[in-house]
This record gives sequence, C-alpha cells and structure tokens, in this order.
Amino acid sequence: MMQMTGAELIVRLLERQGIRTVAGIPGGAILPLYDALSGSDVIRHVLARHEQGAGFIAQGMARVSGRPEVCFASSGPGATNLVTAIADARLDSIPMVAITGQVPLSMIGTDAFQEVDIYGMTVPITKHNFLVRSAAELLEVVPQAFRIAMSGRPGPVLVDVPKDVQNQLVSFEAYPEPAVPDPAPTLDMAAIESAAKMIDEAERPVLYLGGGVVHSGASRLAVTLAEQAGLPTTMTLMALGTMPVDHPLSIGMLGMHAARYTNFILEESDLLICVGARFDDRAIGKAAQFCPNARIIHIDIDPAELHKIKTAHVAINGDVSTVLEALLPRVKQSLRKRWLAHVDSLKSRFPMAMPGCDDPRTHYGLVHAVAAALDDEAVIATDVGQHQMWVAQAYPFRRPRQWLTSGGLGTMGFGVPAAIGAALAEPDRTVVCFTGDGSFKMNIQELATLAEEGLNVKIVLMNNNSLGLVYQQQSLFYGKRVFASKYRGEPDFLKIAEGFGIAAVDLDSSPNPRAVLAQALQSRGPCLIHASISREEFVYPMVPPGAANTEMIGG
Amino acid sequence: MIEQVAEPLQHQGFAKVVLELEVNNHPGVMSHICNLFARRAFNVEGILCMPMSDTSRSRIWLLVFEDQRLEQMVLQVEKLVDVLSVRRHGAEHEVFERLEKFFD
Repeated sequence: MMQMTGAELIVRLLERQGIRTVAGIPGGAILPLYDALSGSDVIRHVLARHEQGAGFIAQGMARVSGRPEVCFASSGPGATNLVTAIADARLDSIPMVAITGQVPLSMIGTDAFQEVDIYGMTVPITKHNFLVRSAAELLEVVPQAFRIAMSGRPGPVLVDVPKDVQNQLVSFEAYPEPAVPDPAPTLDMAAIESAAKMIDEAERPVLYLGGGVVHSGASRLAVTLAEQAGLPTTMTLMALGTMPVDHPLSIGMLGMHAARYTNFILEESDLLICVGARFDDRAIGKAAQFCPNARIIHIDIDPAELHKIKTAHVAINGDVSTVLEALLPRVKQSLRKRWLAHVDSLKSRFPMAMPGCDDPRTHYGLVHAVAAALDDEAVIATDVGQHQMWVAQAYPFRRPRQWLTSGGLGTMGFGVPAAIGAALAEPDRTVVCFTGDGSFKMNIQELATLAEEGLNVKIVLMNNNSLGLVYQQQSLFYGKRVFASKYRGEPDFLKIAEGFGIAAVDLDSSPNPRAVLAQALQSRGPCLIHASISREEFVYPMVPPGAANTEMIGG
Repeated sequence: MIEQVAEPLQHQGFAKVVLELEVNNHPGVMSHICNLFARRAFNVEGILCMPMSDTSRSRIWLLVFEDQRLEQMVLQVEKLVDVLSVRRHGAEHEVFERLEKFFD
C-alpha cells in the first residue's frame, strides 16, 4: 500500500510517463505541486517568465520530440495566460498536457482570489480537459490525459487540480501503467483498393501532404509513394520538410504564398491525394475553386476532417503511416512522363522569384545565408508574419520536425519560447528562431529564460519596425491607408539582448555580414542576430484573402 | 477590399432530427456538448438530459435541424471523449413531442 499527497502522485505519474522537463511558473494555488516537484530527482523544471512562454516551451519540446510534453501554471491569471499556447497546440495538433492549480474545491464558485473557470474556458481549445475532484481521481486522470493527448490526432489536454486535492492524501495498491496511444482505426481495404486504382488511372495527379505526415512519422512512406507513382508533391506550411525541397518531385508549399507554378499545377490536376492535411483556407484559397477538375482521395486519422471542406471521392480514415503502407504495394510504378514534363515546364515558366537572394542583407538573402551556414541537423523555428512566410518559401527544409511554426493559430510570440523548448529537448542541435520585431516583443521576456538556461538558440531578427504583414495588407488592399502598423518608437534590440545577458551581433553595421552571421551561428550559446529589412519588402506572390489560389498578385 | 458575407443559414425547409447521446455522467459533459454546437454555429432547438438507471451514464436528447452540416456536427460530437454513442432519430420521435405541453 502506498500513501502520498495528490501533488506527489502527480509528480510520480509524470516521472513514470517519461517526462524529464517541465516548463512553468509557480503561484499560490499550485505551490503544493511545486513543493512535490522540488523533491523529484528526475524532472527538471524550467522557470518561464510568462505562462504563455511556458506553454510554448512545452510545445517546442513536443514539436521536436513528437511526444506529449508538460507545462504548469497557477490558477487565475496563470491559467488564462496559458490559453493562447493551448489554442495554438489544438490548431496544429501538438500533444501537450497543461496542469493548472485551482482554488480549493470548497471555494470554487465563490469568486475566490485568483479563481477562474479555466475548465470552462478551455473546453473549445483542448482535445479534452479535466477538473480533478479528489486525489484518487489522479490515478486515472493523469494517464488518461496523456493517452488522449497522444492518441489519434494529437492535441492539448488540460488538467485543473484544486489546491486541496494536491494536498489530499491518497492510498493505493499500485501505480497505473504509463499511458500508451490507442490503437489506430482498422483500415477500410476496399477504400484503399479504389484509391490505388484512382492513382493508377489518373493522368495529372498531385500529392498534397499535411502536418499529419509529420505526426505519423510517415515522411519516408510519402516520398516513396510519390516516387513510385510519379506524383508531383506539394506540402502545407505544417508539412515542410516531409519531402526534401530539392527532391525532383517537390513542387513546394501550396496556398496563399506559394510559388505561382505550384498553384497552377494544382489547378490542372485531375486527382488530388490529400494525406494528413485539412484543406485549410490559407492553403486552398476559395474552396469552391480549388483543384476544380480533380477527384479527391483524402487520408486522415480524424474522421471529422473527411468531407469537412471538400467532399472526397475516396475517404480513408486511418493513421497515415498504416494507410500508406497498405497503399504502396497496390500502386503501380509509373514514370508519368507527360505530366511531369508539363509540371517542369510550369515550374520554369512561373518560378518562385527570390530577388536579392545572394545578398545577406535582404530578406531572402538572409534566409539563404543562414541555411548556407548550417546543415540539416539544425532546427528552424519562426514567429508569425512576413519573416515566417519568407523562411517557409526560401529555407531548404529536408527533414520532418526540422521546422517549427505556428500554422493554424498564427501566434505572434510563438518563436522564442518554442525555440527554447526545442533546444531543451534536443540540446545538441543548433536552434534558429527567425523572428520579426513585432512578434519578438510579444514574448521577449523569455530571453531571461534563454540566458539562464544558456541554450544554443540563435534569434535572427528581421527588423522593419512595423507589423509588416498588416502594413502589407493595408498597402495592397486598403487603399494604402496605413494605420496602427508602423511603430513610432524604435527599441534598441542589441541593448535589450545585452541587458538580458545575451550576445548580439548587428548585420547592418558589419562590413562582412555573411562572416559575422556564420560565426554567430557556429559559436555555442544564445545569440541575437539583428538585421534591418525594408518595410517596403512584401511577401509575394500573394493570393488575396478570399480569392482563388490562381488569382495571385506579385512574384 | 470587399469580402462576401455568407448568407444567414436558412432553417425553413430543413427537417428536424432528434439525436440521442449516451454520455459519461459527470459535471462538465453538458458544457462540452453545448459548447461544441455553439462554437460551430449550429443551433440546438431543444435539449434534454437525465442520468440513466446506471447512474454512471446520462442520456442527452438534442433537437436539431438537418442541414448539410449535420454530418460534420455528428462526427465532431462523436470525437468528444465523454460521448459514448450517438444515434439519430426522425423528428417524429416522441421524446420532445411529449414534453411540448410543458412549453405551451
């Protein structure tokens, strides 16, 4: 018979689940759990400076490792500060378990100090959530939380634990087994046969890969399918890296900021094979006009994604890896010479234009210079905005989980804490965080966490002193009525970095920016790399919001 | 820039459907279900919930319109961890009819 407090039980269950790092911030209602955590020899706590930072640190760890990671926050504002990071994890299907302190059970509903209904608030942004009503419940709730977070389509789970439950004694015979994912759905072999037949019979097929390929660890299988059946392959923002960018069958990212040829190839396709993607509006533009002549095969682990936006001719509910393994032996070898020759001609007629890509002082040039100084082992994180799209367009991604970005929610402030998380999970890698000055300021306090941990994170700041994508939209679609998108003040980011104890280099003032950049990337430890970018540089091509993907402007 | 605003959803002409859900009986289940319909802008015309004879479970009856999004809504409901089963009945199901006298 074992006896311990609820707080100790949580720590033991996390240890048994394999959790080794937890990011968080303590506060009144979660102090019993922190007290128990202080006694753990196994779990290391990383003290964030804002709970949103803690949430994104956990996400960064989960995005590189593929397994659920954990963040802690106290009740009230601590919990509400986690909300954005949880919603972000939901939209990008990132496995995460958030544990929040809550006021004691007897005080719930009394508007007690730092009481909010975080359970109620997180219903629409979690895969599932729990309000724990006794320490004994933890024996079931904690493993369940991990099982739900990692099963099927991954996602965030919140466990709200009142302070008295953390302090309550619980006796039990044995620990529950650590959670494992639920088995994947059984395959509909008839659907797989007809999918194979459709692929064999198609004349102009396109393979469309989404984040589900990353989550399922199916990149190699997806590339094999493309090679076997001669399929030009496009990737969503979330799937970059699943097929190396320089693979002859890669046609790059699709959608709002795709190369022109990519959207034109899709327009002409007669079969779209959608694997672990969800027809997001930023990827497909106006849904009714997306791939107007294509039949659709849709493979997804989440049955609710099938037929949600586009009705599929063949819909296969299943784990992407399992489905592709079953599909591969049924698909014929095909060189598909005519279609691929046409794809190549579209590629050369409507290429991705990257002006200035040889000059490290331009946006594309900077992305290329960073890539040239690193190998494929580096992890590339971004914030949200113009810099994010430039990196998505220009960085040569060659492996899954190389690329961490806030896709669905588009959260400015994601980059720095996510990069910290990535470096905590895989300390041997160089982690680069491309950011913009708008995004950087949204979680800039995490520089303190970064300095304290001394992680190998390089922040490449593309500074145009504005909310660039807003400025771009106002310039293009709102009659150049630029409002609230240009900053009047101009912080000195080099001094800010210095103030946090982080080395900084300025590419603007250096005579040899390429060498300075390479040296900053190659010396170990955190560093801020600052580069000014003209505000008049826009992300092109661009599909205007609400337009069809073929109506691109610029580029 | 002018964006097209979607037409408000028409309910006239759509048949009503009764959904019968079996769920785990614990606080919070109702909020998961109501929240899901609200978040996806799907109207619930009527709702009824009582514990079953085995009190670990509850049965929830929902009266909804059968518009083209109903399939998608049902798939979303089925994904909720506390929902054990979803069954569909026609509007002629008597559960809401027999209650009508309480709403006169």
